[in-house]
Amino acid sequence: MIEIIWDRYKKNHLAIAGLFVILTIATIAVSAPLIAPYNPTAIDVYNVLSAPGTDHLLGTDELGRDVLSRMIWGSRVSLKVGFVAVGIAISIGIIIGALSGFYGGKTDAVLMRFVDIMLAFPTFFLILAVIAIVEPSISTIMIVIGFTSWMDVSRLVRAEILGLKERDFVLAAKAIGASDFRVIFRHILPNALSPVFVSATFGVAGAILVESGLSFLGLGVQPPDPSWGNILTSGKDYITVAWWLSLYPGIAILITVLSYNLVGEGLRDSLDPRLWRSGK
Amino acid sequence: MVPLIFGITLISFTVIHLAPGGPVEVETEMSLKASTQARENLKKLYGLDKPLHVQYADWLIRFVKLDFGKSFVDGNKVIDKITERVPVTITINILSLIVTFCIAVPIGVLSATRQFSIFDKLTTIFVFIGFSTPHFWLALICMIVFGVTLGWLPISGIQSIDISGMNFFERLADWTRHLILPVGISAFGAIAGLSRYSRSSMLEVIRQDYIRTARAKGLKESQVIIRHALRNALMPVVTILGLSVPGLIGGAVIFETIFSIPGMGQLFYQSTMSRDYPTIMGILVIGAVLTLIGNLLADISYALVDPRVRISKE
Repeated sequence: MIEIIWDRYKKNHLAIAGLFVILTIATIAVSAPLIAPYNPTAIDVYNVLSAPGTDHLLGTDELGRDVLSRMIWGSRVSLKVGFVAVGIAISIGIIIGALSGFYGGKTDAVLMRFVDIMLAFPTFFLILAVIAIVEPSISTIMIVIGFTSWMDVSRLVRAEILGLKERDFVLAAKAIGASDFRVIFRHILPNALSPVFVSATFGVAGAILVESGLSFLGLGVQPPDPSWGNILTSGKDYITVAWWLSLYPGIAILITVLSYNLVGEGLRDSLDPRLWRSGK
Repeated sequence: MVPLIFGITLISFTVIHLAPGGPVEVETEMSLKASTQARENLKKLYGLDKPLHVQYADWLIRFVKLDFGKSFVDGNKVIDKITERVPVTITINILSLIVTFCIAVPIGVLSATRQFSIFDKLTTIFVFIGFSTPHFWLALICMIVFGVTLGWLPISGIQSIDISGMNFFERLADWTRHLILPVGISAFGAIAGLSRYSRSSMLEVIRQDYIRTARAKGLKESQVIIRHALRNALMPVVTILGLSVPGLIGGAVIFETIFSIPGMGQLFYQSTMSRDYPTIMGILVIGAVLTLIGNLLADISYALVDPRVRISKE
């Protein structure tokens, strides 16, 4: 099974490139203390806003901190936010979708109404309101993004479960007396997960974008801790004199998000059994 | 729609009021001398001493009368503050929807009719980049390039300071110059998404039998595509356009903050920073209602492009 998927996946060159970039960034994030040339929070008043050069490859910010080092440490933030936020979103989405699809009736009606309400919200407003009221920090961001992005997953899981719950293997499991919990989590869900994986990959991309936006507004990772978004805040403040503060962190975000999107697209094509037989 | 609005108000209210750090704390933070008695008085003034469900009921009754209370910050009526800001945000959003539609649909149609061509591959790459670009970053880069380096466009506000001395055409030109960057950039991401949708929708339609029929009876290819295929392909596209409203409204926060545009997004950002509950609530709810209206408009335009919807209603 996994071999078939991998065989299909590796034919997609862009998806392979995306995977390679993600692994590289993950390696950089993990080994940040070893490879960052400077301390990311060390202030150097003699080198304030110096342009990219041999001493500071990507220049320095308004406090003389090395931009490259801050970006290397910042990669940890995006990695963490992406995975934790999506983990929360998937857990909520799976539980709500599973309950809704499996029990149907009133449970389904109430839960899906709730999903409608959440979808009608301009989500970014909600996130912003909560974060401004609760202390802004990386954990607040992860939790809030998670709690506002589970709706697609719950719809996917519900649809999958509706299609699966009348199948013979589920009836068989019920007939031998398995509990609802066991039927849902051991028998149905494993068969319903592939669209969730795809959605999760795109979700990581989305979460990284939202985090960078929030940090840019000053509502995310708080200085002096570095994140790609809050380096861009300095970029805006010194827009007329220091283009490097705006350019490089943005490129890092773009490449990372692009890679997750490419991997998601590759996964979608290789996980969909309907595409296995038709064409190559 | 009514239960939706009710649910939306309930969620906004709960979220905001259960959070620690009320406006009283904000107001007394700076003056350590504020006594417990003074704090209690302030709470009473804002109605914060009553139980939550009573506060919610009070608020809901006033909401029906479109009265969101007074701002904690400057004492002005929330509804006035919002209505003053809404036109700017809506204008920019509608302009960017129009730009998006006019650019994305032709791109989608062309890449569908020339599937696997170089044009199709280029647009696919463009779509992925469009999806992955942080738009506030793109805004920064465009400000640097067009505003700072080239000096072609202004980088903040929606009008110049000396606007009062201009005649109508000069004003129009001035507004256009100010709006090019905000509208263009907020359209950029939407173009990527919408062109993708119109491409796949078009691909589906041109494989249908009625298209083969149209070709078989000898119609010109341009007529087949425009008269027969496009109308059918547009239906899902219109729905997506309606669904993109919450994203646009949410995105307004970042855009309006970057470009210093006095719209709803900027007001929302300012009110969250000062924990101005009544204003936050008002904007949350109005934003959600605007979203619902967007969905409703999408449904109506769906009926306009799809004759089957109209027939079934008669």
